[in-house]
Amino acid sequence: MTNKTAPIGRLRIAKDEDRNLVRLLIMLLFVFALMSALRPDIFLRPGNFISMATQFPEYGIMAIGISLTMIAGGIDLAVVGTANLSAIAAAKYLIATAPKGSPDGQVLGAILVAIPLALAVGLAAGAFSGFLISRLGIPPILATLGTQQLYTGFAIVLTSGKPLSRLPLLYSELGNAELFGFLPVPFLLYAAVAILIGVVLAKTRFGLRVYLLGTNAKAARYAGINNDSVLIRTYMLSGLLSSVAGLIMMARANSAKADYGASYTLQCVLIAVLGGVDVNGGFGTVRGVTLAVLILQFLSSGLNMFEHVSNFYRDIIWGGVLILALVFNWAIARRRERAFYKK
Amino acid sequence: MIEYKRLVRRTEPYILGAIILLSALIQARSGQFFTNNNLVDLTRSMVVPALFAIGAQMVIISGGIDVSFTAVASLAMYATTRILLPIDYAGNVALAYAMGASFGLVMGALNGVLIAWFRFPTLVVTLGTSSLFVGIMQGVLGAHELPVPQSMREHGQAFLFSVHNAQLDLSSEMPVTILILLGILALVFLIMRYTMLGRGIFAVGGDEVSAQRAGFNVLGTKMFIYCFVGAVAGIGGIARASMMQNCHPTNLNGMELTVIAAVVLGGTRVSGGLGTITGAMLGVALMTIMSNSLILIGVPTYWQKVFTGAIIIIGTGVSAWQVNASQRRLATRRLATGKQLG
Repeated sequence: MTNKTAPIGRLRIAKDEDRNLVRLLIMLLFVFALMSALRPDIFLRPGNFISMATQFPEYGIMAIGISLTMIAGGIDLAVVGTANLSAIAAAKYLIATAPKGSPDGQVLGAILVAIPLALAVGLAAGAFSGFLISRLGIPPILATLGTQQLYTGFAIVLTSGKPLSRLPLLYSELGNAELFGFLPVPFLLYAAVAILIGVVLAKTRFGLRVYLLGTNAKAARYAGINNDSVLIRTYMLSGLLSSVAGLIMMARANSAKADYGASYTLQCVLIAVLGGVDVNGGFGTVRGVTLAVLILQFLSSGLNMFEHVSNFYRDIIWGGVLILALVFNWAIARRRERAFYKK
Repeated sequence: MIEYKRLVRRTEPYILGAIILLSALIQARSGQFFTNNNLVDLTRSMVVPALFAIGAQMVIISGGIDVSFTAVASLAMYATTRILLPIDYAGNVALAYAMGASFGLVMGALNGVLIAWFRFPTLVVTLGTSSLFVGIMQGVLGAHELPVPQSMREHGQAFLFSVHNAQLDLSSEMPVTILILLGILALVFLIMRYTMLGRGIFAVGGDEVSAQRAGFNVLGTKMFIYCFVGAVAGIGGIARASMMQNCHPTNLNGMELTVIAAVVLGGTRVSGGLGTITGAMLGVALMTIMSNSLILIGVPTYWQKVFTGAIIIIGTGVSAWQVNASQRRLATRRLATGKQLG
């Protein structure tokens, strides 16, 4: 039965998603053209592109994580807490085993342990959120609001609320390096994550199950899917991505702190919604999310070119764009529905 | 027997038990809990969270979640202060409250339209609007710390009675703002319990489709909730500024989480349709005692967030587990009867 209907369903979804991608692409070009026209001297400089490519990966990767959980019908509001906690674990280890000024060989060895340590913290943090949601049945919003507090709390306790600096220089040098002089490492990490998650969602059984679970959890269960296991793995994946983002943040700031990136949660939800991820679950692609990330980065870098514009206008723009994106998606869905009933 | 069973299934007795245990622990460790000034101070710091909790609870009962009320309160409080300060307004403080409530109502109406009319998810909407409100306050209005006008200053200093702790030579005053809290509590209690509107809020939270079929005006009910909650948040903001004797644009940030945690802890079901005001107030009391007294029992303030997180998880976990357990009981009973029939 599923074999017969799946291709047709997929075809319709694919068509809708193509339209969504085209819309996003037009929006991206518009923002790009606008910013280029306003300040061509600053915006079109190669340096600006490199700095943008260094900035967006940290929240872009978290946005992919949130999107995954949203596609599965939930939401992960603990990404920022997870990122900071992972970064702090890595930073603590680095400072303990290879303080600033240690020989490069020793630092490299420490980094090779610190990174898996951070990733493990991210996985564990995600697994705990997933456990609360799937096994205990706590609504995802509240469970992850709780874990966000908990992880940020642990991060504060571990650092007494102060930034952990004195990291070995090599770490931030590696993290901020540019391949061939124009491909920043964070950008490469984003590309790797985007391709990997894109393939996982589109081509693997796990990806299909995530979509099914988000579309209709009960139907997924009756189709023989172990919802609990899929959910836990989804949140673990989100935690893992958050820890990657945390490692990038740590390299960029050359330190780790419990309250870095506090505004990223909203921004990531905004990116997911803008990128066409359905807030009720079941729909969304990494391609859409990536376009939304780029739109936001162009907007944000564009705003930076005007020094007299207060940073807080950004809050208005993020909030406003989020609501407009919701209204826009709503209008599109309504038109589609009307067309469907006419047929 | 039935009465006893009903009591055991409810959350309030457990919260009350937790409060008593925690108080006893703090008293044993510090000897400073059951002193008249500490009790008055605790009540004093409960006023504003309790006002917010009333609103947060109405939203949760209706099946939503609102994280924007601190932003609404801050903006309402700031806008009111900005308008009244230049003339150092000294008339009746009711005007300040009316202004704060109106600003809050308008902001709540925006939430209401997006949630009731467009039917967008409440969390995403309120995340967006709170960013919008914070941006308006700090960007457009260029918010910074302000003193409050005379009427609010006097209102905040006014007290019902004062207690004196001879041992520590400390005095504490019961602020008049507690009367505002009690008034709104009574109003909400009456609405939720004795009006069709209140029953409609429970019905919408229990099952929106059934509520619609039963003849409740779902759209109107939701609009009312968000407007009302916005107005209460505005009132909370004015009470806060008056009691603090200054208007600080950002120090309410983050309170939304503790308030929501308190409400859920007090037995309000997170999926909607169930909850009592008594429970919510007990939840607020527990959270307030905890955050005010961690220092008294020698826990460093760094642990505050860990405790908040743990309480949210435990509180929501217990209530989710109770719901699951009752569903499981139902399922096994059905299975058992099915087997008998077979």
